[in-house]
Amino acid sequence: MDLSLSTRTVGDRTVVEVGGEIDVYTAPKLREQLVELVNDGNFHLVVDMEGVDFLDSTGLGVLVGGLKRVRAHEGSLRLVCNQERILKIFRITGLTKVFPIHTSVDEAVAATD
Amino acid sequence: MATVELRFSALPEHVRTARLVAAAVARRSGVDEAVLDEVRLAVGEACTRAVGLHQSGGITAPVKVSLIEEEKQFSIEVGDEAPRIAPGDRAPGSGDIDVDAEEDEMGLAVISGLVDDMEVTAGEHGGLIRMTWPTTPPATALG
Repeated sequence: MDLSLSTRTVGDRTVVEVGGEIDVYTAPKLREQLVELVNDGNFHLVVDMEGVDFLDSTGLGVLVGGLKRVRAHEGSLRLVCNQERILKIFRITGLTKVFPIHTSVDEAVAATD
Repeated sequence: MATVELRFSALPEHVRTARLVAAAVARRSGVDEAVLDEVRLAVGEACTRAVGLHQSGGITAPVKVSLIEEEKQFSIEVGDEAPRIAPGDRAPGSGDIDVDAEEDEMGLAVISGLVDDMEVTAGEHGGLIRMTWPTTPPATALG
């Protein structure tokens, strides 16, 4: 199982739909994608994790890196995730306090705070 | 002797193989289905860490994974050959989001959050992470 990535624009947000496994092997692809989006001026990202089967700390590191990049431009990075086994990893590492996590893309796109 | 032993070149693409093998052997050994996700994640973290240590240290030796079926428990040992003096079991960083410095610690943080019974040792010949899970029957109370 490899990593799949697709992006689309919804209003002023860029939704990155991620599928498959995010680990030490595939995480660099996600990192590249996020860096490219930010370099192209997309500072409000929504990462849809509903299709993710596996996420490890390398993946978390990439997401944190993405967050740092968008924040440098007053941007935002929101996650969409309902899978308990993925959410658990965010909880264990305390990252639920760092990332806004939404239950749907619509909710994430509409969120402002 | 380990039930199954795995040695792989310290490359990121092999970590997934280690996860799959570990989960398969854990299942056969009677580790609860509900815990298999945790086994998969924990062994992946340990292998990722070992691969990182070998790569950054220029070590060509393989990473070693031992899957050990014992009475009422199942253990996984992930060994690296990266020499170091300080043990790598520092407390996970809190709040700070400096990625590079924290990546190694984040892996350990995930493992320690997932596995109640874990042990990290490191010395001049390398490090070892040992993780243990109970196997069935789950109703038996162990002291």
